[in-house]
Amino acid sequence: MSMYKVLPCCLALSVFGTAQAQLDSSLLRRRSADTAKSTLTMDAAYNRPFLKLGKMPVSIGGYMESNWQYVGTSGITAGNQFQFRRFSLFVASSISSRVKFLAEIEYENDPTGDPADAHEGGQFEIEYAAVDVELHPLLNIRGGMIVNPIGAFNQNHDGPKWEFTDRPIAMTQMLPETWSNTGFGLYGKQFTGDWMFGYEFYVTGGLNDSIIDNSMGKTWLPAANANPSRFSASASGAPMYSGKISLRNSKIGELGLSYASDIYNTWQVEGTQIDDKRTARILDVDFNTVLPKLHTSIVTEWAEVLVQIPPNYTQQYGNKQFGGFIDIVQPIFKGHFLGWEHATLNLAVRGEYVDWNVGNFTSTGTRMYNDLWSVMPAISFRPTPQTVLRFNYRHQFQRDITGNAVGAALGLTEGYSLGLSTYF
Amino acid sequence: MVAATFAEISINNSMNRKRLSVIGIIIAAIATFSNCTKMIPDMINPANGLCGAVNLSRAQSVLFAKGNDRFFAIRTAATGLGPYFVSTGCGECHSSDNRGHLFTILTRFGQPDTNGNRFMAMGGPQLQNANLPGLMPQRIPPGATSTRLIAPITAGVGFLEAVPDSEILAFAAANATDPNGVRGHPNYNTIPAYATPLAGAIPRSDGKYICRFGRKASTYNLAQQCANAYNHDMGITSTLAPNNPYNYLDQTAPAIAPTPEVSEDDFNAVVFYVQCLQTPVQRNAVNATVTQGNQVFLNIGCETCHKQTVTTGYSSIAALAYQTINPFTDLLVHDMGAADDDHYTEGTALTSEWRTTPLWGLGLAPQVQGGKVYLMHDGRAHSIKEAIQMHGGEAAVSASKFNALTPVDQNALISFLQSL
Repeated sequence: MSMYKVLPCCLALSVFGTAQAQLDSSLLRRRSADTAKSTLTMDAAYNRPFLKLGKMPVSIGGYMESNWQYVGTSGITAGNQFQFRRFSLFVASSISSRVKFLAEIEYENDPTGDPADAHEGGQFEIEYAAVDVELHPLLNIRGGMIVNPIGAFNQNHDGPKWEFTDRPIAMTQMLPETWSNTGFGLYGKQFTGDWMFGYEFYVTGGLNDSIIDNSMGKTWLPAANANPSRFSASASGAPMYSGKISLRNSKIGELGLSYASDIYNTWQVEGTQIDDKRTARILDVDFNTVLPKLHTSIVTEWAEVLVQIPPNYTQQYGNKQFGGFIDIVQPIFKGHFLGWEHATLNLAVRGEYVDWNVGNFTSTGTRMYNDLWSVMPAISFRPTPQTVLRFNYRHQFQRDITGNAVGAALGLTEGYSLGLSTYF
Repeated sequence: MVAATFAEISINNSMNRKRLSVIGIIIAAIATFSNCTKMIPDMINPANGLCGAVNLSRAQSVLFAKGNDRFFAIRTAATGLGPYFVSTGCGECHSSDNRGHLFTILTRFGQPDTNGNRFMAMGGPQLQNANLPGLMPQRIPPGATSTRLIAPITAGVGFLEAVPDSEILAFAAANATDPNGVRGHPNYNTIPAYATPLAGAIPRSDGKYICRFGRKASTYNLAQQCANAYNHDMGITSTLAPNNPYNYLDQTAPAIAPTPEVSEDDFNAVVFYVQCLQTPVQRNAVNATVTQGNQVFLNIGCETCHKQTVTTGYSSIAALAYQTINPFTDLLVHDMGAADDDHYTEGTALTSEWRTTPLWGLGLAPQVQGGKVYLMHDGRAHSIKEAIQMHGGEAAVSASKFNALTPVDQNALISFLQSL
């Protein structure tokens, strides 16, 4: 039988076979994200839709993000770009009623503008793989490869949860994007009436010298993500401390305060000190709420990065950065649409700002610029809460350290993106 | 019967609404895709920016694009930066191919006369004011004189390279009888072994060539300029400059990179990129105040050194050859007086002699200097007026004529210079 005959047969079998031989659907029990119960951002890793396989103690889930974009800066555009940014697979397992395990394996290809990774293409990595042992609701041990609680977005970044194809610039490029590392820590929660309190504290491996020596030419914490040995060796030999406290009132919203501190540089070689110890610190505040009656969702997060820079180093690498974002999402339609029972249509807007180099030049006493701001209106359609089709328009303005806004990669950036993201 | 009809109408309306919704979505999607190209920012107006190449063939455009990429690439320790450096990439001193900012100013030291640099063994001729973490900072050796140099504009330098020696010599010859005492002359210097003499080069009898790049006009061509910039400014070795900068205070042997830290291929692309940058374009050239200022420029003698019209000679890049340009320089060095004498020099220029700075693109300086201007060789002048008034030596007569102008004429001249 020739290939021309085999192929249609296979296709037909696959179509009809799927219809007739599908597994008993009762074996695949979907456990949606628990939206009724009050949760904190720190619960995001487990607050996802999972598919449970019969009576097996294992649940699986995941999400994908894909989009088209057409963006130009100062009249220069790469044209139509079709991007498959992420495919993430999570596996959760209840080892016992108070011991659980979660792993997330991700394919990611979301260029941030860093020339060093522009040509590398997509990468597979284990983003999270940790076991949680509950001793008491206020005292849980978590160990493994964990996501450091540096801000809310770092903890709650799944594509289908957002109305924008792009992640917030400050939270992914000023802060290390989805920064995870090997380590251990404690967390816990406490409920009292409308109030909920949570804390997290971890010691993990940390950053390295690349945060002030990278192809972006600016203090760039995400550069440490490229260090392949960071899951087994700490550049400084000192732990990175990261922690977060969260306070939620069911009528007001959730406030989070995060702090991380790390000696980031390799300051000794074979026991001999070759450099001073230098610290990177991150202070982050986040807030989210839903306005009553209007159901307007507001999510905002702002952070400051403080990095000790060696003496006699170029001021391109700043010792202070500041940035953040605010998302406002307004549902304008909820209900039956094109056969979808619980469709939602949202209007949204994101405002963001990043100053990569806060401060003044020592040579002139004048301001170092190196900043950008962006406004991004959006319209999103959710046929179900787990799936989003989103259309965004970006209007962004960027200056270099001298304040120059007239250049091929500077000044005004405008463009569109249409993205599809869903849990599965 | 009636109820059934209402039901049918209701179903039909529902279906029509669904169809309309679907059609609306399709139309919106098509409209978006077909119009998005018209709704991104426009190209930079060449008069307001310096981005762009001269007319190039497709093959040349590919090479230019590669050079552009390498020019603005940031170097790291892993890609050869340092260990001693001033900046991490060409673009840090030449944002958008423009002039520099004081935060990347260069310090050069060690040559107090025309007999060569006496401090090469102690890290001369350039102080790298930054170093990789853990190393000792460089210091100017005791007894060495020094000067601070702000990076000049990059745009249009390929045209300056194509100016024939005969034209530079003609400018010098015309100075011989200048009534105001202008006596500019070429900076003859020994050229590096790798340098191929430029087309139409006229060497002096002692084997030295007319050099034209750098504040002292001591650098022969753009290949040498790029090799020096890579090496002195970024600590990047090339086949042309194979030794890394070092610090005599560290008491370690100079670090010699086993292989060039910029490949021959990349280096040539960067040189080509720099050569092919378009010249700055004058703005508001027909404005009455600007034309009045141009006349004042001529009247007070600025034109004697800041030549408005220069013609290029042969170039292997057709777009650069036999072109009339407006660089406002004669490529000669002039004695600028005691106030501008830093007791440091290069080549055969005296310590008080400086190459006539091309004025093209002057009005674009604030774009890359935080809205301010830092003029003269070390950025000491904070306005065009200050810069004019700081001209001494051979330019003292013109400066005094400027001071004698009416405020209207002074402002017209400044408007003209801002239009460049």
